[in-house]
Amino acid sequence: MTTREFVTGNMAAAHGARLARTDVVPAYPITPQTQIVEHISEFVADGKMDCEFIRVESEHSAMAASIGAAFGGVRVFTATSSHGLAYMHEMLHWAAHARLPIVMGMVNRSMGPPWAIWSDHQDSISARDTGWIQLYVENNQEVLDTCIQAFKVAEHPDVQLPLFFCQDAFILSHTSAEVEMPDQAMVDRFIGKRKPLFKMDCDNPATFGNIMSPDYYMELKYQIEESMAAAKRVLVEVGKEFGDVFGRPYGLVEEYKCEDADAVLVAVGAVAGNARVAVDSLRKKGKNVGLLKLRSYRPFPDEDVRRLAAKVKTLAVLDRAMPMGARSQIASDIMAACYDMNDRPAIQSHVTGIGGREVSPAQIEAIGEKALKGGSSTHPTWLGLKEA
Amino acid sequence: MTDKLVGTDDTETVMLPGNAACPGCGGSLAIRLALETLGKKTMVVVPACCMSVIEGLYPKSCFNVPIMNIAFASAGAAVSGLEAALKRRGDADETTILAFAGDGGTVDIGIQALSGAIERGHDFIYICYDNEAYMNTGIQRSGSTPYGAWTTTTPVGTNRHYKREFKKDIPSIIAAHNIPYMATASVGYPKDFQKKVKAAKDIKGPAFIQVHAPCPAGWKYEGRLSIKLARMAHACGMWKLFELKEGQTSIQRRPKAFEPIKPYVRAQGRFGHLNDEEISDMQERVDADIRDFYGIEGEIPVKEPKA
Repeated sequence: MTTREFVTGNMAAAHGARLARTDVVPAYPITPQTQIVEHISEFVADGKMDCEFIRVESEHSAMAASIGAAFGGVRVFTATSSHGLAYMHEMLHWAAHARLPIVMGMVNRSMGPPWAIWSDHQDSISARDTGWIQLYVENNQEVLDTCIQAFKVAEHPDVQLPLFFCQDAFILSHTSAEVEMPDQAMVDRFIGKRKPLFKMDCDNPATFGNIMSPDYYMELKYQIEESMAAAKRVLVEVGKEFGDVFGRPYGLVEEYKCEDADAVLVAVGAVAGNARVAVDSLRKKGKNVGLLKLRSYRPFPDEDVRRLAAKVKTLAVLDRAMPMGARSQIASDIMAACYDMNDRPAIQSHVTGIGGREVSPAQIEAIGEKALKGGSSTHPTWLGLKEA
Repeated sequence: MTDKLVGTDDTETVMLPGNAACPGCGGSLAIRLALETLGKKTMVVVPACCMSVIEGLYPKSCFNVPIMNIAFASAGAAVSGLEAALKRRGDADETTILAFAGDGGTVDIGIQALSGAIERGHDFIYICYDNEAYMNTGIQRSGSTPYGAWTTTTPVGTNRHYKREFKKDIPSIIAAHNIPYMATASVGYPKDFQKKVKAAKDIKGPAFIQVHAPCPAGWKYEGRLSIKLARMAHACGMWKLFELKEGQTSIQRRPKAFEPIKPYVRAQGRFGHLNDEEISDMQERVDADIRDFYGIEGEIPVKEPKA
């Protein structure tokens, strides 16, 4: 039976793992992800979730145990944040190269030092090139819905890649909101059981991951790239099917009031929520500004970006991370996507919300106003930076 | 050697002829002996170590059981996940999970994951084939390298910069986890090793075996001498054979009298820089260890070397 519950983003992620009938959950606590681990422990303790819960001794081991379990052919979920994601970085590559459809709930948090537990996206953006599908969500309902879709996408025979989905620390992870909790039987029908293409099997023994010479390795990487391309299609298919079944369709991106927009804000994660408010306010003032929310960061939705870029004067990009010594990441991807267009728009880059710094609708409105004036500024401004 | 080996007529079904090990490799002998004992219903997890090479180059493999290669630090974690998956598959009782790791992957970089896996009580066997250095990367010092040894990161130089620390006591660290089964073994005594592998298999929960595995390339001796050196190490008290089962320790093959360490040390190029005085110092330290382990008060019975 579908119910409506008032839950935090962390609770929504835990429910997603439960509803997906995850077999094995190896996990290690880290603020602000801790509650996901606690909630899953409680589900298991109360008999609400039938899974092997492994209380590993580190995040590196959380991902290594996830890999071990996924090689066993079963469905695996884990969760982490910030330093935890950095600590498992080696194993992120391992999971992707081993083609294991592990799903991970990520809670975005700044990197230390100094210790800082508030949101920015430097942790997940730094894991950009590991071969994981990387999605961002705007609210708690999207946390739950994305977790359920994640298994279907990752386990799709054309994809077979690990996936993590990101929610912003505290803004979503610890903030309660009403979430529609789908019916278990409907979720069962939607995802089905994991059907591994290979697994550790004594009746069909194989050696996985032994030394591979330059004669083969390049093709292995190319196949991952092909699967990433397939993931673009599968994310859309699964998002549409989810909409048909549960009434909330998803795609690689979401366009908000972009039809007649002169300038479009580009945002990911919870900032997109405030950007929506800013767009509404600008619209009331008769200013044609829209919002492009990127849901999928890897694979990057070039086609959606280009389609929109062809129609507008300016794209104003709000990154929540900064690579240091180069232009900001999402803005760079947007620029690259638009580079060979004949009539490409102006691109304005903004770094926002670093270390949990507030990003208010009023500030975003100002970014929108600037975007309407046009002109490119590809080196980012730092929104809300205090003068020295 | 008159001991009959377990399952030698079954060799080809677990480890196929032809692998990438150096001639005389103690590690490849150890895994063959272990797999012959455990049989085909075995899944093996291998972290970075010589075994990652010995397996063979993709798309070939010398193993006829499923092998999961995993990153250096992660054997303990990977077996934990695999064990959980087998429980979900209803396959946990029938199948044995074996982690097969070198000494670096066990006593150094892999010790955290191993400690976690033992503490959580997963049902698996962990065999550390101890060749006493990072041999796969070309002979670098590990925590398991013995005192006095040359390695590429403990070069002798003008400052006599050879390894000045003692071998890490990994059995005591493992024993401190209240592990149901732990043993040391040596490829020099295959029947004892296989008996211990069988005991490890029959135990529910974690089991750990450290097997001494001489390395011709890293210890600098001729490959044909591996078994002889393994036995010499035991005879002079630098390697011990014991078992910890249900809280009870038992010693196997207790020497009636001990050989001096000098013939063992002099047989290996890695100790070639040591002068007689340094070997005497080393003997004193080994003697203290022998007294402590075998509970000898006073004089240690010494066996005169054969003429």
